[in-house]
Amino acid sequence: MSQTSAGRIDRSQLPPLRPVPRFSFPAITKSELSNGLKICTARHAQVPMIGFLLLLHRGASNDPVGLEGLAAITADMLDEGTGSLSAIDVGEQLSRIGAQLDVDVSSDAMLFGITSLSRFADRGLQLLADIVVRPSLRDDDFERVRQQRLNRLIQIRDMPGAIAERVFTRLLYGNAPYGHTPLGRESSLSAITVDDVRAFHRKTLLPGQATLVAVGDCDHDVIRALAEKAFSGWTGGESERAPDSATPAHPARLNIVARPGASQSELRIGHVAVSRSAPDYHALVAANMVLGGQYVSRINLNLRADKGITYGARTAFEFRRQPGPFSLSVSVDKAATVVAISESMREIAEIRDVKPVLADELAIGVAALTRGYAKNFETFDQLARAVAQLSLFDLPDTFYSDFVPRIEALSPDEVTRAAARNLDPARLTTLIVGDVDTASQDFGHLNLGEPALVRPDTI
Amino acid sequence: MDIPFSKHTLANGLDVLLHEEHGCPIVAVNIWYHVGSKNERPGHTGFAHLFEHLMFEGSEHHDSGFFQPLQAAGASLNGSTNADRTNYWEVVPASALDLALWMESDRMGFLLPALTEQKFLNQRDVVLNERRQNYENRPYGLASMAMLATLFPDDHPYHWSTIGEVADLNAAKLDEVHEFFRRYYHPANASIVLAGDFDSDAALAMVRSYFEGIVPGAPVERVNVTASIDAERRILLEDRVELPRLYLAWMTPPMFAEGDADLDLATDLLANGKTSRLYRRLVYDERIATDVSASQSSREMSSFVQMSATAAPGHTLTEIDRVITEEIARVANDGPTDDEIERGRVQAETQFVQRLQTVGGFGGKSDQLNAYNTFLGRADYFTEDLARYERVTKASLQGTVAKYIHGSHRVALSVVPRGRTDLALADSSPVSVS
Repeated sequence: MSQTSAGRIDRSQLPPLRPVPRFSFPAITKSELSNGLKICTARHAQVPMIGFLLLLHRGASNDPVGLEGLAAITADMLDEGTGSLSAIDVGEQLSRIGAQLDVDVSSDAMLFGITSLSRFADRGLQLLADIVVRPSLRDDDFERVRQQRLNRLIQIRDMPGAIAERVFTRLLYGNAPYGHTPLGRESSLSAITVDDVRAFHRKTLLPGQATLVAVGDCDHDVIRALAEKAFSGWTGGESERAPDSATPAHPARLNIVARPGASQSELRIGHVAVSRSAPDYHALVAANMVLGGQYVSRINLNLRADKGITYGARTAFEFRRQPGPFSLSVSVDKAATVVAISESMREIAEIRDVKPVLADELAIGVAALTRGYAKNFETFDQLARAVAQLSLFDLPDTFYSDFVPRIEALSPDEVTRAAARNLDPARLTTLIVGDVDTASQDFGHLNLGEPALVRPDTI
Repeated sequence: MDIPFSKHTLANGLDVLLHEEHGCPIVAVNIWYHVGSKNERPGHTGFAHLFEHLMFEGSEHHDSGFFQPLQAAGASLNGSTNADRTNYWEVVPASALDLALWMESDRMGFLLPALTEQKFLNQRDVVLNERRQNYENRPYGLASMAMLATLFPDDHPYHWSTIGEVADLNAAKLDEVHEFFRRYYHPANASIVLAGDFDSDAALAMVRSYFEGIVPGAPVERVNVTASIDAERRILLEDRVELPRLYLAWMTPPMFAEGDADLDLATDLLANGKTSRLYRRLVYDERIATDVSASQSSREMSSFVQMSATAAPGHTLTEIDRVITEEIARVANDGPTDDEIERGRVQAETQFVQRLQTVGGFGGKSDQLNAYNTFLGRADYFTEDLARYERVTKASLQGTVAKYIHGSHRVALSVVPRGRTDLALADSSPVSVS
């Protein structure tokens, strides 16, 4: 625009990067109640609110074989009534203090969260304890909740992303404890009885394997006293963890879930990778930033910015107690299915050697991880979840404060070598959920053998 | 509870709002352009959103991706378009504020010299992918389009969805992009908020140095079209779904107008959470629906309340419709309980306090200040906004429900599995969404 003058600033170059202050995580104060419940608090008085998280160190990987979905349905049943209160009464008690219960079940853990204005901290914590420790677990509520979850399974038959997640999980892990999503399957949900739920609650939701995290406008001793009152009478040590189990080894392969008429192909490409305790953790976090972990990563720039065949592509290592998956997730124009797969597989293979991580691109990834690190800890909810992660994975309290220097110390070589050690093109499983005409698209040149058709209702 | 700020309007019309908050060493930069899909014309839909994509493709003095230098500085960033406005934000380490301002001012002042036909065509393809991924290939994904198209008449600017129609996107021309930029993307149609760890005097001087030289365009004439619906319209859409779902919508007053807050609380007490009346009846007691939800979409010219519920296997949309109609009638005839009003107020207060937690991003303090400034012309509205919810009484809520969502001046959309039009409400007319 010729009528616009450039003003008083220099537009010939971008302003230089300047140092950012060193990040330090708030101090965590810890104690343990006589029943074994661990308590961690951190102060964050930005707004007059408090967040409680009760972490149970057991999750969907503890589902018994044949009863997949048990941990999640048990967690879902907890706010269906306690003592003389019905599910509706519990909801009313929560909403009267402006709180809601957040339930999050993953393979490794169950998390129950309540957030409320600080003036309601006492009532909030008491409700959380009543819900988790003393649920009614009534027959009639169970039937209703199970039916809702079965209906949910019916509904996600139409959701390509959900189909992909469920099938891919099964393909990677088979019958191992990580081989199902927390929701479970139609057959296993149908097999679960209310007695299974009661037994799971009795044996698994124990103070000896739980951590209460409180973050907000609060004082450790006050929280401890409130917790002492709310959780007294809760007893029990530890139950067994899910067994470590070898996951099946697969050669590179191609699987297809047919979705006739779908305009896009939902893709997953990946394999079982590493656990949270892997020494390569920091290097892999950095490698992922370069490969597909952010907008300016290789795969997203290739498929979105260069080819325009997707709205976005992302890769991730999912770090869990046992080796979790590495996976690429992307939804692409169906006509571009083969090119999306071959380009993605090429990028995954090449970052290991022929296209090693360059200093420049590592610098962008490192900067994204480190320079903006403080903003991951802005809210009490973010802080509470961060503290819960430390507890779940047995990480030192200094983990977050050390993260930035650890990442900054990485060299391109180290990151490339970590990618080479932990990414294996020969083991990549590819899944397409879409309307794929194997006759017209050249799957042959992917060298993945004959595609196997998977019916999602059989997994 | 408040968000203290100072406001300055530059000579070129750009509003600058500054909110200091030193809790975290970051700064949020948030820019709103007062343009959305309601500024489009029939046959040219999807343009405001497509344009938003192009804002990330480089400008004259930085003719490559917008993300790269900002992510390299540790920023997170994004943008979004809706019917009424387009917003862009960065959250940066405090020491990178100048970089964010450099980048935002370059694309406000110097976008077009860098905008090539090739970038335009590439982003059009990305948007078509976005449309397929988020609408066409998603169960019930086309319902919102069918609803808007029926609720608002053909020539009303809310008739079309922000993502636009495929034919219009394919017909879009680069010249139109230039025209659109000149008309809407200039300082007099924009408002910038900084929130976070900075000194206000220094930050204002910095904003001036980056933005003051950008020449304003002609004032943008506000779109203002009224709409009403006086009879029921029943439509049906066949989709790749297993379970039929009923969507009901009514037209309601514009955002911030009389009745707007009452209807927010009314949708909560009717359908949000396990304590809500409809959840209780449809899901908990009678078990004829798998889920139910309700919300008001508050907009500048006219809002609408939408409810939806999915039939449980073996149950019908007619049963669901009967229960929803009865429960709305109960609120319209007898009003809410004291307890419901009290819960609604506590929940509103909690949500407001929660919004104060983050300086940036969608819905953070900077975004909220810009919403007030753009739509009301005043940003000191936070306390007053919360007070609107505290003023709601049993009588006002009852009267508002009776006036706006009790009755058959509504659209009823049945989304049914393909080939099962018999599952729709009786007398529904098929619609297609392009």
